[in-house]
Amino acid sequence: MFSDYSMSELGAIFAMQGFAGLILFSVFVLMALGLAIIFGQMGVINMAHGEFMILGAYVTYITSNVFSDYLPALFSIYFFVAMVLAFIASGLLGMAVEWAMIRHLYKRPLDTLLATWGLSLILQQVYRSVFGAREVGVTIPDWIMGSLPVTDMIEVPINGIFVMVLAVGISAAIYILMYRSSWGKQVRAINQNRVMAGAVGINTEWTDRLTFGIGCGVAGVAGSAFTMIGSTGPTAGQLYIVDTFLVVVFGGAGSLLGTIASAFSISQAQSIMEFFLSGSMAKVLTLLTVVGILMLRPQGLFALKLRK
Amino acid sequence: MSIASHRLFSRNDLIGFAVLAAIIFIVLPLALDTFRLNLFGKYLTYAFVALGLVLCWGAGGILSLGQGVFFGLGGYCMAMFLKLEASSPENTAIQSTPGIPDFMDWNQLSALPWWWEPFHSLTFSIVAVVVVPVFFAFIIGVAMFRRRVGGVYFAIITQAIAAIMTILIIGQQGYTGGVNGITDLRTLKGWDIRTDSAKEILYFVNGILLFACLLAAQYIRKSKLGRILIAMRDQEDRVRFSGYDVADFKIFVFCVGAAFAAIGGAMFTLQVGFMSPSFVGIVPSIEMVIYCAVGGRLSILGAVYGALLVNWAKTTFSESFPELWLFGLGALFIAVVMAFPNGLAGVYAEHVAPRIARLLRRGGVDLPATPDKTPAE
Repeated sequence: MFSDYSMSELGAIFAMQGFAGLILFSVFVLMALGLAIIFGQMGVINMAHGEFMILGAYVTYITSNVFSDYLPALFSIYFFVAMVLAFIASGLLGMAVEWAMIRHLYKRPLDTLLATWGLSLILQQVYRSVFGAREVGVTIPDWIMGSLPVTDMIEVPINGIFVMVLAVGISAAIYILMYRSSWGKQVRAINQNRVMAGAVGINTEWTDRLTFGIGCGVAGVAGSAFTMIGSTGPTAGQLYIVDTFLVVVFGGAGSLLGTIASAFSISQAQSIMEFFLSGSMAKVLTLLTVVGILMLRPQGLFALKLRK
Repeated sequence: MSIASHRLFSRNDLIGFAVLAAIIFIVLPLALDTFRLNLFGKYLTYAFVALGLVLCWGAGGILSLGQGVFFGLGGYCMAMFLKLEASSPENTAIQSTPGIPDFMDWNQLSALPWWWEPFHSLTFSIVAVVVVPVFFAFIIGVAMFRRRVGGVYFAIITQAIAAIMTILIIGQQGYTGGVNGITDLRTLKGWDIRTDSAKEILYFVNGILLFACLLAAQYIRKSKLGRILIAMRDQEDRVRFSGYDVADFKIFVFCVGAAFAAIGGAMFTLQVGFMSPSFVGIVPSIEMVIYCAVGGRLSILGAVYGALLVNWAKTTFSESFPELWLFGLGALFIAVVMAFPNGLAGVYAEHVAPRIARLLRRGGVDLPATPDKTPAE
């Protein structure tokens, strides 16, 4: 399959596909970070994760409309406001859901899965009733449009770079939160031994709620970022959920580094294969490989050693 | 073997089976016209899947979110036979390659792929309906359970397998019919399956097969195997330390679940007249779990009622209030998990059965006060 291309062409193809893979990588990282917190640290299967992302996307959509109608002067920076609002909206909804539903189900993980699936169906229908069944797109500020030419054969889109920068920034923020803040210490303590953590005075209920809220909030920011590269529909969240879970499980639940490493390998594999095979076959092969590796190594790439 | 619960049927089980048989074989056929009966026949095909889930999930504690894959594989095996029969060279004379299914012709295939060839034979197809999905389940089961993958991880991986299957079927449309699936199925060995009389006969065949599966499930539940399954669900390590090979039991019950789902899928194809990836993927697979959960994840008969009720509600609501249905389904998922973890069977055992028992006792009939059908362990 390589013989039809010259060396320089091949180099450019790999560079372009590699860059497309990097964008996909950023997307995966953004999607998976929130889930890595919720699933990895709390062990909760949140099937409505995609819908929290879509909530962030719709908040961004509303913000962009508000800015273009009332604050056109500030339109070029509306996106940063939107991200904060998306974080707050998804985070608050997440905390409400934790209070109403999840906290009763911590001992029954499979039931959480079904209940959050039900939640995702309800949210989808809410989006459909409020925003309509058609996909909506936001107006992107001019400075994010276009692309940077690197060489005469290689061009990189600016919105891709923007999403990448976001992914790096949010990963760094979560790393600091998890490993440098007292909240992070409490979360990890609860993950390791819930009863002991409670005994030494950690308010486990509140920490759980906050953790769930932050995880959902990060999902909201991810959704907000996705409006830069695609449109938003009521059922778009469902498309991401399998990928997201596979990324987190493949990386090893409980390990942020693992999540990032697995997002990197899955996205690179998929985007490079996509060039030589049809998109659907590339996806099938990637997912099959991941499932195959998970069968050989169920604990994922980077497993946290815990006594059960 | 003198203890009552060691018998295959307790008195309450017998009554339950008899009531269900009366509903399926007498009440529904008498009360419904052919169109509605066919619809209920379709719902009953999902009961096969729910029944498999009762064994895997309720008894064995293995939640598979990929039952749609087995339902689909069974359905596709049946559909491939029917499609080949419908694509005889006379019927497809206008194609550029007569004698191959129409979607292959549209996708510029000029010969039947080798793996379609054996599906010219009805015997092979019927065997394949069960063997292919069971073999697939066996591979998944061996790979996962031997390495002690379970619980949540198993659920996520089976879900990924359902996603892979859908993408594969849609992507390879020249071989599988793509997103439309395999449609326009007409005859089974010359017998037109689209006529009203054929639909009625297929409904009864479906019902008999369902009862065969119900009996098998009942047998498994009441046998020593069923008790080990429940022990495994509750204390897997203790069962392992007692010297049982936990993985073997899990693989077995997962294969049984797959076989049930596959039979359901094949009957679905026969009654509905097509098979498509929309019955394979993540969404239908999770919906199949809710049939089981609504009926009561521990109750064999509950699975049938759950499948009937949810699907009936789905049809009714989405006919009259399409936007409300998703709210209803979502609320159903949440309610069944939060409020009624044992589903309809649990509600029946807690509220209805004691009252019936009391009424009957008052009427002078002697019945045990607590029916042992109660699945609420």
